[in-house]
Amino acid sequence: MGNKFLIFLGCAIPYRVSAYEISARKVLAKLGVELVEMPEFNCCGLPLDPVSHETMLILAAKNLALAEQQGLNILTLCPGCAGTLKKVNKILKEDKTLREQINGHLKEAGLEFKGTITTKHLLQLLKEDIGLDKIKSSVVKPLTMLKVAEHNGCHILRPKEYIGFDDPEDPQTLKALIEATGATCLDYIDETECCGAPSVGVSDKVALQLARDKLSHVKMVDAQALITICPFCHIMYDTNELRIEKMFNEAYGIPILHYPQLLGLAMGMTPEELAFNELRVDASKILKQVNEGAK
Amino acid sequence: MLPKVSIMTETAASKEPIKSSEIDPKFKYELSKMHGSEKILKCFQCGTCTSDCPVARYSDTYRPRTLIHMAQLGLKNRVLNSDTLWLCAACFTCTDRCPQDVEVASVIRVLRNLAAEKGCVPLVFKEQANSVLESGYAYKIPELRIKKRETQGLPPLPKGNPENIRKTLKGVKFIANLEKKGEQHGQ
Repeated sequence: MGNKFLIFLGCAIPYRVSAYEISARKVLAKLGVELVEMPEFNCCGLPLDPVSHETMLILAAKNLALAEQQGLNILTLCPGCAGTLKKVNKILKEDKTLREQINGHLKEAGLEFKGTITTKHLLQLLKEDIGLDKIKSSVVKPLTMLKVAEHNGCHILRPKEYIGFDDPEDPQTLKALIEATGATCLDYIDETECCGAPSVGVSDKVALQLARDKLSHVKMVDAQALITICPFCHIMYDTNELRIEKMFNEAYGIPILHYPQLLGLAMGMTPEELAFNELRVDASKILKQVNEGAK
Repeated sequence: MLPKVSIMTETAASKEPIKSSEIDPKFKYELSKMHGSEKILKCFQCGTCTSDCPVARYSDTYRPRTLIHMAQLGLKNRVLNSDTLWLCAACFTCTDRCPQDVEVASVIRVLRNLAAEKGCVPLVFKEQANSVLESGYAYKIPELRIKKRETQGLPPLPKGNPENIRKTLKGVKFIANLEKKGEQHGQ
């Protein structure tokens, strides 16, 4: 299948995180990855797992079966989608009874899950299929002037049993990918903690305090930006940073960038090309530094 | 110290004294046969889940250990009616760190599924389920966003196939209940 993937956008990205999609597509094209669109789409199923595990299994299996028909592996930008599709693929391959039950549902739409493809998140693809060396050699404008921090989020790391390409307690992939751009990736307290996004709508109080914790830890090490690889984590920080600043009477001023935006800058792309204008927290300060540093 | 912020009031699982009549002694065995909660009997209440839970840090009521304990004790209605059940962020920290490999987050998911079957579901999940049934997407993506894709240099958004989605979800209890209620509201 080479470097050709079926891109699975998920729901959150087309809903309100287009900068992630725009920058990821640009960066992947430069790295020689060919993307094919899903012929038909439905949610991966994760948002409905809390209320109906069966619904989640069917929705995920339907997407896997569609991808199998195309004979292509799936690439996702959302860790939630990646985790769900990986987990369901594994469960259905191992559990024959469950597979038959789910296939009974898929049959109604003329589909069948066979378990012939795999799913990868952008991060895993960059690490395993492209490789750090190729990414480093694509850098034309090393971002040596930047000191940033990373936020992996939960679903790219946990549960380890199903995701398992990085260490959930001390993840290294995103750090290495950030450093490949020339930027420094700083360590900070509780790096692997949850951003709080899944609690929004159920308890905003809990969600905002978790995000505030993270932002204050990132601020503590003077990171100039926080780098994310998840649409939900990005929404949580980028959309709520000003609200959190007001609520706790604190100032952070930390721009939240999608990883491909950072990599794109290092590849020589312009902030306009990488949709920096879509970010809520002003990133002009670091963009100015990048611009000046390159002169 | 963190300033106290109160946006939503959390209702704790009832602290009323337990009556023997509300105990379902077979509940834990039922759970141990369900997909995701097979290992509930292995929990020895060490509290690792609660001490590592990011939500428990800021919630006055959400304690995964307590929810598992209530289920083990057979306090079925109490645990299924509890608002706190819905606070889990599904970060899976408890699952990865549980020394007994109980898969705590999965047990909580099973409990939520059972609560949902009884009709105890926060509104947000019903909205997302309806949106998936109507469009394939969990959120209603504004027309403007879909049109804007072209000017952003993005390919057209893949379309959902509501007919196929409904066909494959035929016979799923949660979806059937949702549609039944939808019809009633429509009348």
